Amino acid sequence: MNTSLPNDPSLRLVRDLLRVRMVEEAIAREYPKGEMRCPVHLSVGQEAVAVGTGAALERSDLAVSTHRAHAHYLAKGGNLKRLLAELFGKEAGCARGRGGSMHLIDLDVGFEGSTAIVGSTLPVGVGLALGSKVRGDSAVTCVFLGDGAAEEGVFYESANFAAVRKLPVLFVCENNSYSVYSPLGVRQPPGRRLYEVVRSIGLTSALHDGNDVFAVAATVKTAVAGIRHGGPPVFLEFSTYRHLEHCGPFADDTLGYRPEPDVAAWKARDPIIQAQDKVRDHPEFSDETIGRWRSEIAAEIDEAFAFARATPWPEQSTRAEYVYA
Amino acid sequence: MLEKSSVQMKFGEAVRDGLDVALQLDPHLICYGLGIDDPKRIFGTTAGLAEKYGNDRVFDVPTSEAAMTGIAVGAALRGVRSVTVHQRLDFFFLAMDQLINNAAKWHFMFGGQRSVPIVIRLILGRGWGQGPTHSQSVHSWFAHIPGLKVVMPTNAADAKGLLLSAIFDPNPVLFLEHRWLHEAVSNVPSGDHRVPIGRARVVSEGGDVTIVAMSFLVPEAIRASALLARHGVACHIIDLRTIRPLDWDTVSAGIVKTGRLLALDSGLPICSVASEIVAFASERHFHSLRAAPRRLTMPDHPEPTSFALTRNLHPSAESIADTVCEMLDLPHRFAADPKAGPHDVPGPWFKGPF
Ligand SMILES: Cc1ncc(C[n+]2csc(CCOP(=O)(O)OP(=O)(O)O)c2C)c(N)n1
Ligand SMILES: [Mg+2]
Repeated sequence: MNTSLPNDPSLRLVRDLLRVRMVEEAIAREYPKGEMRCPVHLSVGQEAVAVGTGAALERSDLAVSTHRAHAHYLAKGGNLKRLLAELFGKEAGCARGRGGSMHLIDLDVGFEGSTAIVGSTLPVGVGLALGSKVRGDSAVTCVFLGDGAAEEGVFYESANFAAVRKLPVLFVCENNSYSVYSPLGVRQPPGRRLYEVVRSIGLTSALHDGNDVFAVAATVKTAVAGIRHGGPPVFLEFSTYRHLEHCGPFADDTLGYRPEPDVAAWKARDPIIQAQDKVRDHPEFSDETIGRWRSEIAAEIDEAFAFARATPWPEQSTRAEYVYA
Repeated sequence: MLEKSSVQMKFGEAVRDGLDVALQLDPHLICYGLGIDDPKRIFGTTAGLAEKYGNDRVFDVPTSEAAMTGIAVGAALRGVRSVTVHQRLDFFFLAMDQLINNAAKWHFMFGGQRSVPIVIRLILGRGWGQGPTHSQSVHSWFAHIPGLKVVMPTNAADAKGLLLSAIFDPNPVLFLEHRWLHEAVSNVPSGDHRVPIGRARVVSEGGDVTIVAMSFLVPEAIRASALLARHGVACHIIDLRTIRPLDWDTVSAGIVKTGRLLALDSGLPICSVASEIVAFASERHFHSLRAAPRRLTMPDHPEPTSFALTRNLHPSAESIADTVCEMLDLPHRFAADPKAGPHDVPGPWFKGPF
């Protein structure tokens, strides 16, 4: 099938956003079949941060991420078939089935790895930036993190070192107000903003709407340009909200851990709807466009699932491989 | 004296019961950990406690394992005991400095003036693609460190009894609970039931081979002994319950009794608890041994995520029974029950994803 990738960058953002959403929803739909046997943390509701950031990075820039990494991986250009094959535990998976959903990698596009331990890629990202500085290349490293990760001591140690050595690193924090079920209120003092704390460490920092993909893309673009031209490291905090449960394919708002008005307000501000509304008047955009994108993306996803299902398992005899280089 | 009553309950409920009793007994005891009062209540093990004892004593915390461990040390110095919990042992790696340099050493390095009575609950993950960083059981690292105590209960009664002993022990105690044991049901004595730390339990008294096990491998050893019984082999099974201090008397008696030792370990092989037990057997009981002592552990590589790569990864009843037959020069070998469910879940109650 011919895909119709729009040339206009804003339409491209809208389509990319839809694509990540549809991938995550397809994973959620298929997960209960029990073929993807690993914990999955879906980004439904939070995709705009990933997609806007991915659009503002060059392919040669680097990224590291967290347990909730599918959207970051895809937005950086990561291979969809290899993502799904990884979730299915197959040899053709992006980590050869060794790592599962929480350990994604695609070196072709500079996605250096996502890991499952909160905060554990923060210093690794700073180290990638140190490496770029030592080598004199122009890559910027993007470190994705959640609000919970900023409670780990290693966050402050990493940010401090990045500031003192003026390293080419961009922290992109998806603040969804929760660490699993624990709200910010039991974890951080009321009224204190993370981006302000980080500013006092010596990074340039700002807070933006993480559900507005255009704002994310524009902000990150400016930040990356500044870093690439020798400016200080940057920390961008984006407010956003997860629609599904922390881990797993279902909605869990019947549990009552998030105030109903919050959930409703955030869902009304769904990044997909907002993005499509903003391009309503674009001459190349119509309901027909969305319909066409949907069917193209659905076909791409179907093909990727078919690949993930059909591609072989890793051989038992290779189980002990890769412990050492 | 009045007979103590007992109630059938699950391992997870017994942990909760033990916490409840301790919170009543010690008005200063605090319990905290990420998610302790969330809707899932740490797999149900803290259900109702925040409501009953209030947010000053049972509370949720930031995602800050290192500091929260050091804070437990400080509170303990001030006479406030604590039970902290981590939903996976792997998350607790961030706290190694506070555990090893402070908690384990404080009593020693200040000449015995202050002790650190803290309990740290660590949940061991397995299956459903938990993979390289959500499935590690490094009890042998902890057992390596003087000043720490390490317990790994197998059944509900021991979970409660060891937890209460741990809470009122004057030292730091690591309480390792296997996620796959949370549903195991047994009779649990009511009230202030304590099981002494440092004492193993003889599960069955056979004469042919001695199997030493811990945690989830104890039920596997029991299943193995049922397979072996059909071929006339009787197993002497020891549930260590405590990894440090280890109950060498019970292990000695078992080795001397059968002259054949199989040490199981739910961790990695190199420098494992099983290695220590085999070393002990060779040093102390060389002349009682009728066959070379054996170990059965995880393979010497990280746990992969893929369903295909976790098949036969862990020691199982079948691999235990096979090893025993090798030791006894018997020809029998055992295949997994074809009617058993998928190998990566403990049973139909486990709905994933963790
Ligand atoms: C060190 C560590 N502690 C706890 C966990 C369990 N855990 C997994 S994801 C998560 C939530 C972290 O929250 P946040 O960083 O805000 O990311 P979000 O899930 O909201 O995207 C936690 C606590 C972990 N994986 N690692
Ligand atoms: Mg969060």
